[in-house]
Amino acid sequence: MNQKKLKRTGMIISITAILLLIAFIISVATGFASMSPLRLVNTLLGQGTPKEELILFTFRLPRILVTILAGVGLAISGAILQSITRNPLADPGILGINAGAGLAVVFFVMIFGSGAGTYIYILPLFALCGGMITAIIIYLLSFKKGEGIDPGRMLLVGVGLSTAISGAILTLASKIAREDYDFFANWMAGRIWGDDWVFVLALLPWLLLLLPLVYRKSNVLNTMSLNENLSIGLGVKVEKERYILLLIAVALAASAVSVSGGIAFVGLMAPHIARSLVGPRHQLYLPVAAMLGAILLLIADTIGRVLLDPSGIPAGVIVSIIGAPYFMYLMAKK
Amino acid sequence: MKHTKNSMNDKKFYSRPAIGTIVLALSFLLLAGSLVLAVSVGAANIAFYDVWKAVFSYNHSREADQIIMSLRLPREIGAAVVGAAFAVSGAIMQGMTKNPLADPGLLGLNAGASLGLAVAFSYVSNTNYFTIMIFSFIGAGIGAVLVFGISSMKRGGMTPLRITLAGAAVTALLSSLGEGIALLNKLSQSIAFWTAGGVSGTTWAQLKIVAPTVFIGILIAIIFSRSLTILSFGEDVAKGLGQRTLLTRIILMAVVLILAGAAVSLVGAIAFVGLFIPHIVRFLVGTDYRWIIPCSAVLGSVFMVLADTAARMINPPFETPMGAIVAVLGIPFFLYLARKGRMLT
Repeated sequence: MNQKKLKRTGMIISITAILLLIAFIISVATGFASMSPLRLVNTLLGQGTPKEELILFTFRLPRILVTILAGVGLAISGAILQSITRNPLADPGILGINAGAGLAVVFFVMIFGSGAGTYIYILPLFALCGGMITAIIIYLLSFKKGEGIDPGRMLLVGVGLSTAISGAILTLASKIAREDYDFFANWMAGRIWGDDWVFVLALLPWLLLLLPLVYRKSNVLNTMSLNENLSIGLGVKVEKERYILLLIAVALAASAVSVSGGIAFVGLMAPHIARSLVGPRHQLYLPVAAMLGAILLLIADTIGRVLLDPSGIPAGVIVSIIGAPYFMYLMAKK
Repeated sequence: MKHTKNSMNDKKFYSRPAIGTIVLALSFLLLAGSLVLAVSVGAANIAFYDVWKAVFSYNHSREADQIIMSLRLPREIGAAVVGAAFAVSGAIMQGMTKNPLADPGLLGLNAGASLGLAVAFSYVSNTNYFTIMIFSFIGAGIGAVLVFGISSMKRGGMTPLRITLAGAAVTALLSSLGEGIALLNKLSQSIAFWTAGGVSGTTWAQLKIVAPTVFIGILIAIIFSRSLTILSFGEDVAKGLGQRTLLTRIILMAVVLILAGAAVSLVGAIAFVGLFIPHIVRFLVGTDYRWIIPCSAVLGSVFMVLADTAARMINPPFETPMGAIVAVLGIPFFLYLARKGRMLT
């Protein structure tokens, strides 16, 4: 890689970081109690009024952090899936993880109800298990003796299974009580609901554990995204590595979705934009994809809050409205 | 790409008129049988003879007659109509796109129709059934235009994998839009009730609108079935044989929209029926759409009537949601097709 290109990449990374910071400031500033950037800095330094501290530390900050973390998780998950399936259209939502997590959430609401007090902290666990179990089922169903896992077949199986699960969800959901249903519908539509420090803490370990692991596997991802035979030739244990990376991708997506609600397309868009900006080398493009994922979800959440105060349009809806046309553009182009 | 070419070449055309006739006749008998069965079993069992009497010499004072004429018969006819509509629209889509995984549920049409429902419920005052159906059509149309628009932009069409992914994405978009609109207007669960309710609430008034629509749609499909067969060989062959492919495509697409929209407005988004019925039929009668379309229609009806009967019988007097039953039966078939290979190149 020549000097000029490296410089360009460095610039893009810093621009993305600045964009993330701007998105953060705007997101803090918007809402029914606005807060100027100056006051934000003051409050962060511990010089705000009690009211400002309450708004920032109890309401805004946890929600924004959850949004950022979820965005990062989804983006990296999408990046991994796109590389190991060598399919630019892969997305954790399409793989059926959202549907599986959604089914678990319906069961949760049926058991505990939505006003469940402390039980609500178990919900992410439910969603996580739902997403994981679905992913494992998809994996097993797309396994073929003698051939192993074909990534394309896995995507197909995922789409089919999530269609079936969505049907089941719809029929179950029509039977739950009215107030519970609203909670559930909001979850499905991708409203960032886990706006509490507990959920930040629930999400953080996953990312701290898995992201460095993914980054260390950058070279494996580099070769895998090129060509299977080439990877084998270069000494990559394709089956084993793919299995591990898949597991990581699922864990990232399921943990993100478990606190953020059913959000699709972030995992599709962020890696793409990142790749078109800094090229296909994972060492460079993974960090950019992570930041873009965070920016996308943060902006979507903020737009949703602005458009319909105070309840807000779910971030998932906004993301879909942005993401689906992008997806179509991709399909038409390639 | 080489692989697709081979699979296109070894897919020979074969028509089995004799078997087709038998299948068609048998499925009609089966349909009649399953309708009688469906009408007579349920929370209150009614003898075959009473069913006969209720239909042909209706007596208002008899309770059995009332159950049959106002509850069960419209419901089962509704199931039959919907089954035919889904199966035929699936068959047409599979032929037109040369894509074995085409199905109105998987390719975004049902999600679009549900979005149409959400819009109709939210923004149209005094919704009658006809307006709801029109909105369903428009929604299904949007879904179809998105998916097929994308796939026709690419020369030589798309692989089943890509078109299925496109369908998944369009479904995600349209259903989240619908969900958003429903949430804004606090109608989310009413719409879920509507779409998950199956055929249980079908009335004669609804059938008077839906049944003729579906019938006409299937009729047009049968008229154009010869062109569809030629179209299923590929654009080049069809053009070479003097087909006006664009016109045929437009007409057939309109039929698909009408069928899917009408069916969704009655039972909600049910996937997989349009996928596996045409496959079974094709296995039986060959690749000639002059036989595939009518046989799909009748077998689709049979399937939905039986599925609905099963839904009522599994845990009476409660109803198991029909969408769940169809999904349970449909997913193995989908998996079989997805695992068979050839889809990915």
